[in-house]
This record gives sequence, structure tokens and C-alpha cells, in this order.
Amino acid sequence: MSEQLHYALFTGCTAKQSTPELLSSTLAVANKLGIKITILEEASCCGASHLQDFDEFLAHVLNARNICYAEKLGLTMITICNTCQLNSAMTKHALDKDPELKARVNEKLGEVGLEYKGTSEIKHFLYAIIDEYGLDNVKEKVTTPLSAFNIAPFYGCHNIRPTELHGKSNGNENSYNPTSLDNLIVALEGNPVNYSHKNKCCGFHVELQANHTSEVLAGNAMVDAIDNNADMMVTPCPLCHLKMDTYQDSVGNVVGRDIALPVLHMPQMVALALGCTESEIGLKFHVQKAKQIFTEAQPA
Amino acid sequence: MSENIAGATTRKVTIKAFRFNAETDYLPTYKHYTMEVGKDELILDLMNRIKWEHDGSFSYRRSCRHGICGACAIKVNGKATLACKQNAIELLDLFDNEITLEPSSTKRAIKDMIIDKSDFWEKHEAVKPYVVTDVDPRPEGESKQSVAEFNNFLDSDLCIQCGACHYSCPALEVNDAFLGPAAFAAAYRFTVDPRDEAGKERLQTTFESAAGVWDCVKCFECADACPKDINPIEKIGKLHNMQFEQGIAVSNVATRHAEGFLRGIKKTGFLDEADIVTYSEGYLGMYKHVGTAMKMMKSGKIHWHSGIPFIKSIPEIKNLSELQKLIEISQTNKL
Repeated sequence: MSEQLHYALFTGCTAKQSTPELLSSTLAVANKLGIKITILEEASCCGASHLQDFDEFLAHVLNARNICYAEKLGLTMITICNTCQLNSAMTKHALDKDPELKARVNEKLGEVGLEYKGTSEIKHFLYAIIDEYGLDNVKEKVTTPLSAFNIAPFYGCHNIRPTELHGKSNGNENSYNPTSLDNLIVALEGNPVNYSHKNKCCGFHVELQANHTSEVLAGNAMVDAIDNNADMMVTPCPLCHLKMDTYQDSVGNVVGRDIALPVLHMPQMVALALGCTESEIGLKFHVQKAKQIFTEAQPA
Repeated sequence: MSENIAGATTRKVTIKAFRFNAETDYLPTYKHYTMEVGKDELILDLMNRIKWEHDGSFSYRRSCRHGICGACAIKVNGKATLACKQNAIELLDLFDNEITLEPSSTKRAIKDMIIDKSDFWEKHEAVKPYVVTDVDPRPEGESKQSVAEFNNFLDSDLCIQCGACHYSCPALEVNDAFLGPAAFAAAYRFTVDPRDEAGKERLQTTFESAAGVWDCVKCFECADACPKDINPIEKIGKLHNMQFEQGIAVSNVATRHAEGFLRGIKKTGFLDEADIVTYSEGYLGMYKHVGTAMKMMKSGKIHWHSGIPFIKSIPEIKNLSELQKLIEISQTNKL
């Protein structure tokens, strides 16, 4: 790398609450790769599509405010949650193409001395690693190859759909045949599991109001991964992680199968291969037992 | 790649196709057809060639050949495809030369690519997909609408009822009552039409639990499936907002889940993960989550004090008062 990469990190809510392992592993990976991270301590919740359902304009104002802080630093904003990525990018897209909406949002932001300009890109950390750091460079840093593991990539809807929104920031990933996470697994010397549900929905967003739908969708994906010999699943989205790690018993009851499959966050998998510490990777925070993966990964 | 007499390059491929006859077959089979595919051929051309050059019994719907009738919608490797609009080589490239033709919904197959679309039409009809108004037979003037009013529904008006989004929707796969993205896009299109008078009724129909927009899983499959770029899920989002604006949304687990995001955001800037569950479900509904909460506590994902008011379990963002002011001056909807 000729020039050090430097990003503004939008943590989102989950990394600050139920998935502390996502934040610690992200920072550990950035540190190993020599990527500089400035955490956007001012940034608030993205609304996760639910606030958008209630009050779309308000959600645009709050997301535009978050982006303002990345713009002030003159940095690309990176996200570590697919849903944060989607909702931040949707606001950027809406404001950049609609000057009238942008003016209305800026009128509100002006009241607190902020202005949305549209100068910062928004990118998920997965694509920052692949498209800007480069997989060849990642390969060179691998100290703990993941060759012992069959890893099922689970892409998560909000990084790949709608294609029109994400095309520029996700290297034109095709939502019907995504490859980025597979390529990352290969770069870390793991064995990617090919299964048809890799680009499907986990059901997280209707966990409360349509629980049966949610459980069936998560179950279909997990059973497909298991039937294709996955030892673990990996996802760039902490909401997919929460759905599939936390609810394995009830999901198993609904789809009529025993399910026991560790679900790693994408940065945890990278951290494992780069030789980060056990506490940085944070496998102890998983509901489905995953701590053994750290031991199994260590070279004999 | 090989070259034919005209010098145009073609590619030799083997296409897999779903074969099934509901009258005689218990299970479907997949048959292989090998052919040279040219750069300008469409998926529809390949289906024609299967029928004309290989097996005359191969069945599919086709009509306009101009992407306007919606008859030839199928799936190629799970991707919703309007056969007369989709270049074949493009898909062969995307799927490493291995493509499988299937009907839009294998479980609704009648013969090969032909499906029973009755569920689609029933759901479409349920939202009254037409302008509802008393037409004055001797009007004094024209019924005018502004460019802005027209633009509101211009894109959703382009729907050709092909069913690509409907049969790509995973919520519909699980939940038979769900109306689905095509019906919602139609509900939106007529509700925002200034001539129409059935808007409230449609907002009520699309509010119902199980059938309505609140059972949408937010996967955005419909946005990618639509051959007309209608973006049905964007219309679903608009219906959500309109249900609040027009007082249709009543307090239930789904609407509290949406509105409740603000409770945590106002307090710390972050969503309060424990509070949102308690607030959405109500204290009585919490029994469903006790088991999960115990497991999450055991692994350190949540803490004994999570969700208890007056105990600070969540960090605060910097400049919180600025955010609170923005919410105060920007909020437009109420539950």
C-alpha cells in the first residue's frame, strides 16, 4: 500500500450493544492491515428501515447528520452492518438525486449548524477490504490459514440489494451470484461452501411481528448450509448474525431439524486468519458455542 | 466459441430446463438441451429453439416479444427473468455457462414454464387496482392533474403484471395471506392518484397483519426482480408512511416496533435493543422472549440491567442534544 487507508467508522447500534465482538474484531483487523479508523462518535442509529416506515423524512435527516460528520473529516464512511449500509446509502442516494429534498433536509440540519453536501462515499467494510485494500494484500497477512474449515458465506440482503443503489460501492456485486465473501474466504485459505441460500433473507426484520416467517427463512438458509457441509457461517451483517446465532433452538423447532452452526461476523473470520487475539475475536459472545473455533484454527 | 458462415461468434452451451406436466407427472424432471447460442439471442429465443429444434412438447407462455405483456416471465438460476427482454449470453456469463430454466414458481407449475397465476390475480384484485370514483357523465370541465401528481405514480403505472416480484418474494413463500409486492405497488399507484377515492380503504387492506405491508421482510428481492424498475419495496415504504399520515396505523407490535425506535434514539442516540422488544411486545408479550434473553445474558450479549429504565446500559453519542433538537423539529408522523 503506498498510502495508508483512512476511514470514518459508523459503528451502528448493534456493535455498541449485543455484538461487542463485531466492534473489537473490526478494530483488530484494521490494526493488523494498517488501516486507520476514526470512529464517528457523533453518529446515531440509522433507523434500520423501521424508523423509515414510521417517518421517512425524519430518518433522512438523522442519516444525513451522520454522513455530515464523515464529510467534515473528508473521509469515506464505512459501515459494519448491512442495514446501516443500506439506510445510510438510501439517504445519500435520495438527497443526491433530489435537490428539493436535499434543501428541505439541509434546512433542518442548518438549525444545528450542519450541512449535508454529498461529498463522502459510504461503503461496507467488506468492500473496503476487497476493493480498496485488495485481496492479494490480505493474503500476504494471513498467519492462520482457515484451511480446516468449510465456511458458508451468507451475504445478507442489504449489502447486495437493491443493485441500483449498491453497484458503485460494492464493486458491482451481482445479487443473484455474489462472489465477494467467497473470494475473501479463499484469500484466507478457507473452503467456501456453495449453497443456494447464500444471497437470501434471514428474516431478522420481522422477528417480532411475523415470527413464523422469520424463523422459516433463517431455518431454510441454515439447513441449506449444514446440508452442504458447512462448519460455520460467516456474514457481514450483525442482524443476520443475531437472527441466526441467537435463535437456533426455536428455528430448529420450526423447520424440524437440529441446528448447531456457529455464525461468525465477517471481521471475526478475518481476525482469526490474521492472528488476532482470542479476546479481540470475541467468540465467547456467541450464543451458539463458537469458542472452539479459535483453538481449532491455531497451527499445530 | 465458434464461428458460423456469417462470421458471427456463437457459444456452445447445454441448457437445463424444468419439465413437468401436472396432469401426468408426480415429480418434475430436468432435461438438457445443447445448442450454439449467438450474442443477440434472448432467453425467449432459446425457449423457442428448445421447442422447435428439440422437443415440440416444451411449453411456455409468450405473446408480445416486446417486454410489455408480462407473459414470458420465468426464472433462470433463481433470477426472475422476462424471457423476451433478457440477453442469453449475459446470463451465461453471470452463471459460468450453466443455466437452468424454471417456471416463476415451481410449486405452481402446470406444464413446464407455465404456472397457475390465480393467487397473483386474486391478490392484485384485493387492492382494487383501478381508479374508484363516481364519474360524472357530463362533466363541466376536464379532470386535470399536475405534473407532480402524475409523477407520483408514473413508475408504478408501468407494472405489466408479470409476477416477477410476486414469485421472488420470500415472505409470500411462507405466508399465504401476504398480498405481495405487486399488489402493494398497485395499491400505492391508485391511492396516490388524485382522481381516486378508495385510498383509505386500500391503506386499511394493506395494513392488516399477515396480509399487509408490515409482514414485508425487507429483503429487496422485488426491487431486483422487477423488469420495469418499479422498485415495489419503495412503494411499500410509502404505504407504511401513509398509514401513519392518514391515521390508519393503530398501535400494535409492528407499528410500535417502528415508532419505538425513536424512544432509544432520543435518549442516547442509539436504538435501545432491550427496550424496543419490551415496548413493541408489551410487558405481557415478553414471556416469548425470556428464553432468548437468558441465553443472550449468559453469553454476555445483554446484561441484567438491559432495558431497565433509569439504569444506563447504553453509551451516549457525542452531541446528543443536537440530535434531540433535530428530532423535535423534523418529526412529521405520530402513532
